Amino acid sequence: MAHADTTVAKPAILAEVKPASLPRAELVENNRSFAWVTDKICGIIEGKTPTWWWVCFTLACALASFTVMGIVYLVSAGVGVWGLANPVNWGWAIVNFVFWIGIGHAGTLISAILCLLRQKWRTSINRAAEAMTIFAVVCAGIFPVFHVGRVWFAWFLFPIPNANGIWQNFRSPLEWDVFAVSTYGTVSVLFWYVGLIPDLAVLRDRFNRAGNKLRATLYGIFAMGWRGSNRNWSNYEMAYLILAGVSTPLVLSVHTIVSFDFAISLLPGWHTTIFPPYFVAGAIFSGFGMVLTLMLPLRAIYKMEDLITQYHIDCMCKIVLATGTIVGYAYGMEFFIAWYGANPYEGFAFINRAFGNYAWAYWIMIACNVITPQFFWFKKVRQNTAFVWVLSIFVNVGMWFERFVITVTSLARDFLPSSWGYYSPTIVDIMTFFGTFGVFSVLFLLFIRFLPVMPMAEIKAVMPQADPHAGHDHH
Amino acid sequence: MAAQSYGLVATFDSAPAIYEAAKKVRDAGYKHWDCITPFPIHGLDGAMGLKRSIVPRFSLVGGLCGFSVGMGLIYFTSAIDYPLIVGGKPFFSPLYAFPVAYELTILFTAFATIFGMFFTNRLPMHYHPVLKLDRIADAQDDKFLIVIESRDPKFNAAHTQALLEAAGGKAIAEIEA
Repeated sequence: MAHADTTVAKPAILAEVKPASLPRAELVENNRSFAWVTDKICGIIEGKTPTWWWVCFTLACALASFTVMGIVYLVSAGVGVWGLANPVNWGWAIVNFVFWIGIGHAGTLISAILCLLRQKWRTSINRAAEAMTIFAVVCAGIFPVFHVGRVWFAWFLFPIPNANGIWQNFRSPLEWDVFAVSTYGTVSVLFWYVGLIPDLAVLRDRFNRAGNKLRATLYGIFAMGWRGSNRNWSNYEMAYLILAGVSTPLVLSVHTIVSFDFAISLLPGWHTTIFPPYFVAGAIFSGFGMVLTLMLPLRAIYKMEDLITQYHIDCMCKIVLATGTIVGYAYGMEFFIAWYGANPYEGFAFINRAFGNYAWAYWIMIACNVITPQFFWFKKVRQNTAFVWVLSIFVNVGMWFERFVITVTSLARDFLPSSWGYYSPTIVDIMTFFGTFGVFSVLFLLFIRFLPVMPMAEIKAVMPQADPHAGHDHH
Repeated sequence: MAAQSYGLVATFDSAPAIYEAAKKVRDAGYKHWDCITPFPIHGLDGAMGLKRSIVPRFSLVGGLCGFSVGMGLIYFTSAIDYPLIVGGKPFFSPLYAFPVAYELTILFTAFATIFGMFFTNRLPMHYHPVLKLDRIADAQDDKFLIVIESRDPKFNAAHTQALLEAAGGKAIAEIEA
């Protein structure tokens, strides 16, 4: 697209205040060439499978088998093997579901919202973050699907004509959730795949040149015959922009609808209007925590410091700080409204959260979600990669506890003391949940072994050599 | 049988080089030609004289269909096929139908956009003369190609070659069809 030359008159005030010209952070350090980027990223796939990969993959498979065993036992024995019982009929299943869905949101934020905001630093992390989204949605989906009990009837969730002749209740936020999450999963896969097409073509042509016909064919099938034609790029870029444009309202709506699962009910502690924005901020917070957890080891193992620079880490830490602080504000505001609303049940629900039976979970949540991110105010902390990684783990833990606190405290203490209870998970709950980290890791390890972990075309496009006006200084 | 010629290809080493060369080819009046680049170059569409992509039209149609399908589905299931009183409310209201219609709008838009992109790009196209070039792997890496097709009315092997040379193209060669 032709862009106007910058002969636009500058405001007179600029001459007076003389703003400092801050150099833009380099997105690829050490003046790397295009070929270096291609070799670096394709090298991961073309090289021999490293030993650490096999070790991690074996461990991940072993861990994933916990989920498989947990589910097999659940399906054969019934949902009673989970710790759910009156009054807490929504235990770890929904906690884990919201936890995983939330993690996915950072991937879409990076690929869609930061694309619309023209944040060029997104390029080196967006592929892995989108993969994280898809795998997180896979893990999330396990819980509601198996929570229905007779999983072979899970298709009743969709408006498919069935022998009973009745339809779904579209007034229920749970039904909205079916549409939100399945749309989210589908669109995330489509967006990820469209981003992969040019990179798969790179691999196809490299394997062709290396004489590896089998892999060239396999990558070639999915590359769809992409050849890098600018006539194709023109349509491709437009499609990518529109996908980013629709994914943005999608990601915001998905966690909004997830929060409706709670907010549309009449239960004290759930029935609050702050839930949609608070859930979305929390989702992005937890998602960036997970992105840091995954990307920092990847950067160290594959020596990708030139591609994921300190600037990238700074940006991610600052988003964690910002969203963590929003979440902290939401915690405070819930208390304020509970008091200001003068509803005794609402007031009790919050006092009980902080000082009742589940106070331990509440204070873990506060410590991890409100206090942990405050370390990111300091540059010294953000530059200490190992410490950032540890803090990112705390964010993950804290956000799991947030969902636990919201779900369980409100259910365990509702209106009548006669129906109060105390919820504890069973070993089946625990194994099924920890196993999902194995499922996630298996998928993520396969991804870094067989697909380009970074979008080569997008990284090249933000490098200084990619500017067709180099030397003319139009900007 | 002599191999038929698909056109001429020239290699360029940098983004500014192909950007300037594309303007020359455009100004020479060629229609059936293309730039093969490893990444989308900012401004190259203008330099090639390409019109704005029509993919958004597919997206719009997809989005409208998605919204209608969502609203229609809920209207049909809740008010026509099996009207059921839930909470004493009317059988249908666009408000409770909105979340589902909203998600289906996005779902259909995404599918239509991708279909539109594949359709306008004529993909999948697993066979293409350009893909047979030895240098195609370089063009996915750090080189830039200009391909001028022989079916272009202005194509003339000698003149076209001279144009590509004048534009700074290297390793100019014929492409087999």
